Amino acid sequence: MNFALQVLHVSGPYVLAALAGTFSELGGVINIALEGILLDGALAAVLAAYWTGSPWLGVLAGVAAGILTAALHAFACLRYEVDQVVSGLAVNFLAAGLCRFLLELVFGSSSNSLRVETVGSWGPLDPFLVLLLLLVLAAHWAVYKTSFGLRLRSVGEHPQAAATLGVPVLRMRLWGVLLSGALAGLGGAWMSLSQHQFTDGMSGGRGYIALAAVIIGGWTPLGAAAAALFFGAAEAAQIVLQTYGLRVPTQFVQMLPFALTLAAVGGLLGRRLPPAADGIPYSEEQD
Amino acid sequence: MRALIKSEGRWITAAAALSLAVLLLGVVGLGRNPALVLRLMVSRVLLSPYGLGQTLYKTTTLIFTGLACALAFRCGLFNIGAEGQVYAGGFLMTAVGLALPGLPAVLLIPLLLVVSALGGGLWALLPGYLKAKRGAHEVITTMMMNFIALALTNYLVMARFHVPETIHTQELPAAASLPLAGAFARTFQGSAVNASLLVALALAAAVWYFLWRTPLGFELRAVGANPEAARSSGVPVESRLFLILVASGALAGLAGVNFILGYKHYFEQGFAAEEGFLGIAVALVAKNHPVGVVFAALLFALLSQAGLALNTVIPRELFEILQSAVIFIVVICQNRLGEKA
Amino acid sequence: MPSTAAIALRGIVKRYPRVIANDGVDLVVDKGTIHAVIGENGAGKSTLMKILYGMVRPDEGSIELAGRPVRFASPREAIAAGIGMVHQHFMLVRPLTVYENVVLGQEPGRALRWDRRQARSEVSRLSKEYGIAVDPEARVAELSVGEEQRVEILKVLYRGARTLILDEPTAVLTPGECEELFATLRRLKQAGSTILFISHKLKEVMALCDRVTVMRRGKTVGEKACAETSREELARLMVGDMEIAESKSSDFRYEAAPETALELESVCVAGPHGRRALSEISLSVAAGEILGVAGVEGNGQRELAQAVCGLLPYYGRIRRAGRAAYIPEDRHRCGLLLCAPAWENMLLGRHREREFSSPLSLDQAAIRRYGRALVSDFDLRPPDLEQRAAAFSGGNQQKIVVGRELSKSPRVLVAAHPTRGVDIGAAALIHDRILRAKAAGCGVLLISADLDELLALCDRIAVLYSGRLMGVLPRGQANLETLGRWMAGLEQA
Repeated sequence: MNFALQVLHVSGPYVLAALAGTFSELGGVINIALEGILLDGALAAVLAAYWTGSPWLGVLAGVAAGILTAALHAFACLRYEVDQVVSGLAVNFLAAGLCRFLLELVFGSSSNSLRVETVGSWGPLDPFLVLLLLLVLAAHWAVYKTSFGLRLRSVGEHPQAAATLGVPVLRMRLWGVLLSGALAGLGGAWMSLSQHQFTDGMSGGRGYIALAAVIIGGWTPLGAAAAALFFGAAEAAQIVLQTYGLRVPTQFVQMLPFALTLAAVGGLLGRRLPPAADGIPYSEEQD
Repeated sequence: MRALIKSEGRWITAAAALSLAVLLLGVVGLGRNPALVLRLMVSRVLLSPYGLGQTLYKTTTLIFTGLACALAFRCGLFNIGAEGQVYAGGFLMTAVGLALPGLPAVLLIPLLLVVSALGGGLWALLPGYLKAKRGAHEVITTMMMNFIALALTNYLVMARFHVPETIHTQELPAAASLPLAGAFARTFQGSAVNASLLVALALAAAVWYFLWRTPLGFELRAVGANPEAARSSGVPVESRLFLILVASGALAGLAGVNFILGYKHYFEQGFAAEEGFLGIAVALVAKNHPVGVVFAALLFALLSQAGLALNTVIPRELFEILQSAVIFIVVICQNRLGEKA
Repeated sequence: MPSTAAIALRGIVKRYPRVIANDGVDLVVDKGTIHAVIGENGAGKSTLMKILYGMVRPDEGSIELAGRPVRFASPREAIAAGIGMVHQHFMLVRPLTVYENVVLGQEPGRALRWDRRQARSEVSRLSKEYGIAVDPEARVAELSVGEEQRVEILKVLYRGARTLILDEPTAVLTPGECEELFATLRRLKQAGSTILFISHKLKEVMALCDRVTVMRRGKTVGEKACAETSREELARLMVGDMEIAESKSSDFRYEAAPETALELESVCVAGPHGRRALSEISLSVAAGEILGVAGVEGNGQRELAQAVCGLLPYYGRIRRAGRAAYIPEDRHRCGLLLCAPAWENMLLGRHREREFSSPLSLDQAAIRRYGRALVSDFDLRPPDLEQRAAAFSGGNQQKIVVGRELSKSPRVLVAAHPTRGVDIGAAALIHDRILRAKAAGCGVLLISADLDELLALCDRIAVLYSGRLMGVLPRGQANLETLGRWMAGLEQA
């Protein structure tokens, strides 16, 4: 397979999860739950594809599961002002347990599902790649060209200011998180359907790597997508090099995104600031 | 102090009652007999010496990571890097232990305890530095350090230390073993609970004394309560932030002692997979009080041991779901009642 | 009721868990007038305005706009009814541009893709029409404070507000910017707008407004036409039955002491945007002297206090006779551990002293003894060392901070607004304790926005303007006129 295509395939879930993280954080909600959303999306996609025989319904189910998982995070963070980091970690833990539970229940195995069909290609085009390209552009457009984006950024930056202008802060943040869930859920569906099955723990830290991409990308959709693409490329390159007998230890490639993020937050890659109210809960009547 | 314990006690009791309720609900939902499940829980976990021993073994690790998270939380920092710090401490300890085969136990064990704390502290050094000097958020840095620790120890084990066909290192010299409880009390024979539990309990008491009875501990709590006020009163806030993260890392680093010195005697890849997260959960339920941490650790250990013991009747994963549900509900209730620590 | 009233609030009550912020407030504002609401900090002005703007729901009372009863559930509804608010702390999204801030929430154009060109032209039109000079394309992060306020006013006008609420709008402005603001407000009035002007600066109120309502402790205590009242009468209404600024001056005489407690030589502090927050400050405070620092807020007072206390890097030289005790201006932000018990707050900063601790332990008995002594010396209420700081009233919280700092028997004390937002009784006690410290030989740097407080306590009064020292006067020669001119930056000694 062409190396560029391979890179895109490896990067797809990363890019989608990174876009997801960007939407959530631009609205002011830290989304560590991405890992769990990817996992739930992946399992739901396989389950739906298995039961209905239609991979496209699987994709839809993945998106829906992503939204539901994100809704749990949003519910805890927005309705009850639970610490966003705590909630995100708890969602991930929950998702890991839930997926194993359902895997056991449906397929009687604790490690992987049965094989399912993936989405067929559109002529020479892979539908996932087409979707990815469209979504990256749409995300940029939504954030910078629409009133939705303007309002989302305003509630992530200065929620009190937005509230005084009648922008419903919590509702905007909810949209940000749910959109995040949809995108990461799609990423999860891609992950499992392209492997034709769900395996336990298959998100493999991609949610966290996506968070790293959000930071390195400076909280912009294009930046986050580019950083995610870079991480995907590193992973793909490592696989290719291995086939040529050049052994770069996998572990060092795995470390790369995290080490780069440390450099970024340490100010070595230039200083980019997160949205000013990122991670800070907002309550409607403050006095 | 008494008021503090009362408040923690309330939360831990509530969390315990809650888990039981949710569990029974799940059991009924799965169409199993709740009475049977209850009976099995009592007979296989609480009344079985092996089950109780295993529970206490799990409690030990959670006390270490719980204390690490509670110390950081108490002082206003969020250390989610306990897992990585466990690996760093555990690996360094193993490497040192393997390099010193001839040392007698009286020297070797204290040395390894210190080394494991050192390793954990070392792993928190960079987040501490970035927090103090660059204002980088410790949630992000400690999280990144987790993955780096996991990948690095995986690499080191595979490339340098591993026993063929396994994912662990060679065994440490016998002098490095902490005694199993089974060696003293027959009832615990066969279970993994060991002398590390005493270390953990002593550490909980020490952390309490440090935070509430020493001037430095007071300073760290002041930094957590209001860094600006602490700064105005002459506390060097930045260096204290650094200290808090490193101390928290050192506490987490000690967690490896339980698995390595007390149980398996080798370092295994990813042996602390969920301990970091559960440590956070323990600290939250305990409201960041060291005494509460001991009991909250016991609660979470009971839940995961029950999951294993009842696996033949209900899937173990149900207990994982249960644990996260408990965390959600407890944290939500604490927020609602304005009791956030 | 006559229909000329643009706004009528009647019997407004708002209770919070610990205080009643509004206790049966009435306010009637005529259409096309500038109406002032004045009162000291904590009198309930801000809460009343938030109620009118739909940010806070009242527990009781009614609101009428032009004779029609209304009930706002959110600012959105208040905006729709033609009310606009310029907040005391600006509500601007800093990374966005001026025009984006102005239209936010009511973007022109289609539902999703909004029309930037129309937004820009609309904003330019408004700024021309009302003579409000600001570049629509600029990023808010790059604007000056005065410009930021203009953006706030544009936001309100863009929403078609006929009633404007301005909450303490001059607190952060230079005198020149104030004049510009007043001109803008008068133009708006001529165009038929109704303006509510919240302030505690009587002079501005008399210069600008038509009518004035006075609030005290959550109640309205008077309503006057500005033409028929005087600053003295308004001040009496604001302060109530208490005596205005009882003079403590007679008891203490300034005698030049040979020792210097604090000396600053050409001290400079860097400020934002490459400007200087403090520029070439040289002054000295003798032992047993109180040097007052007057000035409009934000002219370098905070930086001066922090530099003297060693909390801010500076250039130049500062010599202190000992570690400076520090009463910070914002006790919640910098003074207290709100969630910690009173005794821990009293210990903070003294926890390393031999009297209370060794490196490995805190002496609980000694700490409690000290705490109890402080409680009785400062009449702390309730006298409960275990109560969390947050649960004390503002005055008692401040007593904890002042007590702690003075218990160090300092040679140098920096007191920033030590009686702000504090009840009269606590304020008198705090003044007395500061004077006692002075009598014990402490050199005091007293920063305050309250000239009466300065005139009552200080031996000499200095004025800061725009980070520069405008002059220093012995109290005997100080008069409101000279100090006022210095504070406005009109003239230098």
